[in-house]
Amino acid sequence: MEGATRPLDIPENISFIEAFPILKREVNGHKLVYFDNAASSQKPRQVLDAIEEYYFKEHSNVHRGVHYLSQLATDRYESARERMRKFINAKSTREIIFTKGCTDGINLVAAAFAKKHLHEGDEILITEMEHHSNIVPWQMACDDKGGKLIVANVLEDGSLDYKDLKSKLSDKTKLVSVVHISNALGTVNPVKKIVAQAKKFGAYTLVDGAQAAPHGGIDVKDIDCDFYVFSGHKMYGPTGSGILYGKESVLEGMPPYQGGGEMIKTVSFEKTTFNELPFKYEAGTPNMAAAVGLAAAADFMDDFGVGNIAQIENGLLQYATERLLEIDGLKIIGTAPEKTSVISFIVDGTHPSDIGAIIDKLGIAVRTGHHCTQPLMDKFGLPGTCRASFAAYNTFEEIDSLVAGVKRAVKMLR
Amino acid sequence: MAASIQDREQEIIDEFEFFPEWMEKYEHLIELGKSLPLIDDRFKTDDNIIKGCQSRVWLHSEKNENLISYSADSDAVITKGIIALMIRVLNNQPPEDIVKAELGFIDQIGLKEHLSPTRSNGLVSMVKQMKFYALAHQAKEA
Repeated sequence: MEGATRPLDIPENISFIEAFPILKREVNGHKLVYFDNAASSQKPRQVLDAIEEYYFKEHSNVHRGVHYLSQLATDRYESARERMRKFINAKSTREIIFTKGCTDGINLVAAAFAKKHLHEGDEILITEMEHHSNIVPWQMACDDKGGKLIVANVLEDGSLDYKDLKSKLSDKTKLVSVVHISNALGTVNPVKKIVAQAKKFGAYTLVDGAQAAPHGGIDVKDIDCDFYVFSGHKMYGPTGSGILYGKESVLEGMPPYQGGGEMIKTVSFEKTTFNELPFKYEAGTPNMAAAVGLAAAADFMDDFGVGNIAQIENGLLQYATERLLEIDGLKIIGTAPEKTSVISFIVDGTHPSDIGAIIDKLGIAVRTGHHCTQPLMDKFGLPGTCRASFAAYNTFEEIDSLVAGVKRAVKMLR
Repeated sequence: MAASIQDREQEIIDEFEFFPEWMEKYEHLIELGKSLPLIDDRFKTDDNIIKGCQSRVWLHSEKNENLISYSADSDAVITKGIIALMIRVLNNQPPEDIVKAELGFIDQIGLKEHLSPTRSNGLVSMVKQMKFYALAHQAKEA
């Protein structure tokens, strides 16, 4: 090994790893090295156990039953809601809507918000670093209502051009929707400051927390945004789980999204009255098992300590950055001063997908391509990048494998 | 008479028997990719582009007498290596044979994963497009 010396393993890191059964498996004859956490994290035994227990002992349909199991399932589902309220420090469970994930949450807001608040000539302000799911729903809403999508610039190092964002706010701005942490660059945005600025113009605010949730420590009261959305599967929880937080008064003021059971109070063929929050936005039988699993993921993160998670991830980020930069011609895309454990990189004379295909044969999972941020990649003039994203179950040794793998790939490709 | 599609597939299967290890296979593909004559710049147009999530592929076809010829390029070299194999098999073949070709050799040489739609490297669409061109040329003939 050359360059940076591998730091000593952190004891907490070892106990974290133990919780994830999948990490023991082999891929292409090598021990799996999973660096695709920003796409989806693996699941700890605690989450799998909670889902199993729910289906083994507690399942029935929620909210409408008088029988024992229906009551029990309802209790479990509503406790999961309370758990998630606590996870982001919301005021009330009426502000916590269970969704399929982040994309589902944004689509819900885009549809219901636009119906009520968006009019011809109004503007929605986003940033250049948004994921497609925080671009397309707004484009659709704008097309529908004659609104205009305005985009704030990103600087060369991958930070948000805050001055540009500020200059693009006006009385026409109806809503500012901004990513908390960029999936492609790792940039952490100053969301509290952005929200405060947007409020000066009377604009509503949505924060896309898909990449922030896995790090915990979210406080929606402190950020003071109107909406906060995230997925469960990136924060050690099950797929098909997610949360839309909305300020009660704002959610009250919007029309329903989907219609069906659960979201109604009374139905006749002439007129339907709608249920109270949060049920107004949860049409149909919800995904109870996913909610229970998501609450278990929040427990898991808190038991382990978000401080410990952050400490491990920062150590991994720092070590990986130093070591990857040893590689001749390697450039990191996204070097904002405030960033999380995501490293997007390109290597001169090679294509990201070729590097990804070669290191896959060594059992190393990274993501290659445009990371569903095509406009951002176009801005940097890139066909895409290789992205290694770390979770607290990754190790310094795995980073050494990544560096060795990339070096081998580069040698083959050049 | 040129070798048939099947003969050419067999030739490649035999050739790849010398590369049992993935690394040798990939090295061979990279070599093929690097030696593939580039598509003429005038055909490297947006009309000829096949977009995948991972890599881009350009494909051009021509018909001379009753045979179709292809030229192609990709920004990713492993993809380009596989393109070189496809072109070797399908180049200067009659359109009706191209339309029918099953191209099982990719599976047999252990590169099936590259032709999986989930890879999104443009290869699946490229094969479709190659056949589509053949069909179009065939239709023009009729």
